[in-house]
Amino acid sequence: MKKIEAIIRPERLQSVQDALDELGVSGLTVTEVMGCGRQKGYTEQYRGSRANISLLPKLKVESVVPNEVVEPAVEAIVGGAWTGETGDGRVFVFDVEQSVRIRTGERGEETVSHESRIGWGY
Amino acid sequence: MQPTLKDVIPAVETTWVIVAAVFVMFMQAGFLLLEIGFSRMKNAGTVVPKVLANFSICALCYWAVGFALAFGGPGWFAGTHGTFVNTANGALFPAIAASHATVSAKWFFEFVFCAVSLAIVWGTTLERIKFGAYLIYAIIFSTLIYPIVSHWIFGGGWLVKTFGMQDFAGSTVVHLIGATGAFAALLLLGPREGKYGRDGKPNVIPGHSMPLVGLAVLILWFGWFGFNPGSTLGAIGGRFADIVVVTNIAAAAGVVGAMLTIWLITRTFDMGMTCNGAIAALVAITAPSGYVNFWAAPIIGFIAGVIVVVSVILIDKRLDDPVGALSAHGMAGIWGTLSCGIFTAPALAKLNGVGQGGLWYTGDFKQFGVQSLGVAAAFTSVFVISFVVFFIIKATYGLRVESEEERYGLDIVEHGMWGYPEQFMPVPGSEYHPPAPPAQRPRPRPVPVGMTARGG
Repeated sequence: MKKIEAIIRPERLQSVQDALDELGVSGLTVTEVMGCGRQKGYTEQYRGSRANISLLPKLKVESVVPNEVVEPAVEAIVGGAWTGETGDGRVFVFDVEQSVRIRTGERGEETVSHESRIGWGY
Repeated sequence: MQPTLKDVIPAVETTWVIVAAVFVMFMQAGFLLLEIGFSRMKNAGTVVPKVLANFSICALCYWAVGFALAFGGPGWFAGTHGTFVNTANGALFPAIAASHATVSAKWFFEFVFCAVSLAIVWGTTLERIKFGAYLIYAIIFSTLIYPIVSHWIFGGGWLVKTFGMQDFAGSTVVHLIGATGAFAALLLLGPREGKYGRDGKPNVIPGHSMPLVGLAVLILWFGWFGFNPGSTLGAIGGRFADIVVVTNIAAAAGVVGAMLTIWLITRTFDMGMTCNGAIAALVAITAPSGYVNFWAAPIIGFIAGVIVVVSVILIDKRLDDPVGALSAHGMAGIWGTLSCGIFTAPALAKLNGVGQGGLWYTGDFKQFGVQSLGVAAAFTSVFVISFVVFFIIKATYGLRVESEEERYGLDIVEHGMWGYPEQFMPVPGSEYHPPAPPAQRPRPRPVPVGMTARGG
């Protein structure tokens, strides 16, 4: 069981989400974040004055998946988030010790696995 | 010289026309908030300089040329004199000479109408058009397009003089002309990125503030009490109060009609559609407001409310119109103009001296035919000219921002700043300050009695 954490462009979320759904990933968590990196910032102008902005809006996508899904899930995120320009983001993979489904009290890898796509959102 | 009782008439009429005109001017705030509310946050700020620039360009152009082309003389095609409002002689503007208001008052009233029409053009273009396109089209619109076509109907031109087309306050002149320009712009612009999926189905791109949309609709509704009743251009006899009633009950019926229709289709009381229903009914009642009796107003408004809902849903399948301008101003404007041909009371047609009674009273399709001709003539001419103008803008300056710029939002790309800066900015002034030594740190303020945990 691994946790995948990806920092992506906000406008790529839909294709990342679709690709993960295709794999049967059971769920994900998305957070709006700000960050800086190689993409650099930009300059704002306000009534004639300039302000240099180093932080850009990004999304953080987190999902915990069974071991055998890790590699395809990472590939799916990279494929969905890729534009080829600086600022496409990063994917990190962490070990996860335990997972509990709160409703039933089940534990272990089956709480994060799914066989078929579940179709989020409807 | 002492003022006499005779001087009161022009004074009263001028006062009413100016009051009505500032009501209409305030509608700019309505359009501003409507467009902001129906945009995403990243495109909220750009609407502010757009509305101000359009209003200002329109003022200068309409003062210099527009008013003269629209009202300066009885020509069939356009007026010929009165550039820069260089005369105070009301007789030189024959179409509006029946009113005792001064020429200045009439200019201001007709100018704010032109500004409303121009504001309507941009509803379809939100979130992707280049800022400069606003400025270029605004000049041509307020110098030529609006003045000439409004002359045909308001200014004593061929549609009103030869055929007797009825349009009391401008369902066609103001709203259909604006929506037609919006249609031409939209065809050349295309939809916002992401509006249509790979399968061609429309995606929802919700606006970011329905409270602002609600405020906008109420401001527009308020402004309409200058728009329609003010089109009497006079106060003597109190006709304008009848038109207030007609306008208000039509709008009310529009809200009910739109809400009921969208509820029957989706089983929800949709926020945006309720707002569109009010606007559509106000647009529809604009032409017949001075021609119909009270009983016809709710019917016209209710049908406009039904039309706008169906039209928004159908248009959304193919054309990306973020605020529903094509439906609320275009389709409702057409309906309102045609409704004169059905509901115009013969007595009121006689009072206004234009055309004859509608189908309901006379059993005669003549007036309905005239109204259809007027709609077709206004739509065709404005569409052709606007399409050419936008085509030239597209070929030279460019009409649409780059794909990447559209994703960032027009606020940062065109104006270097966000409409809501705190959303995207770290706290300014957060440079590193070394910590002060303990002796210099401020002491914690004493907690006031009564606010401690133990109570007072």
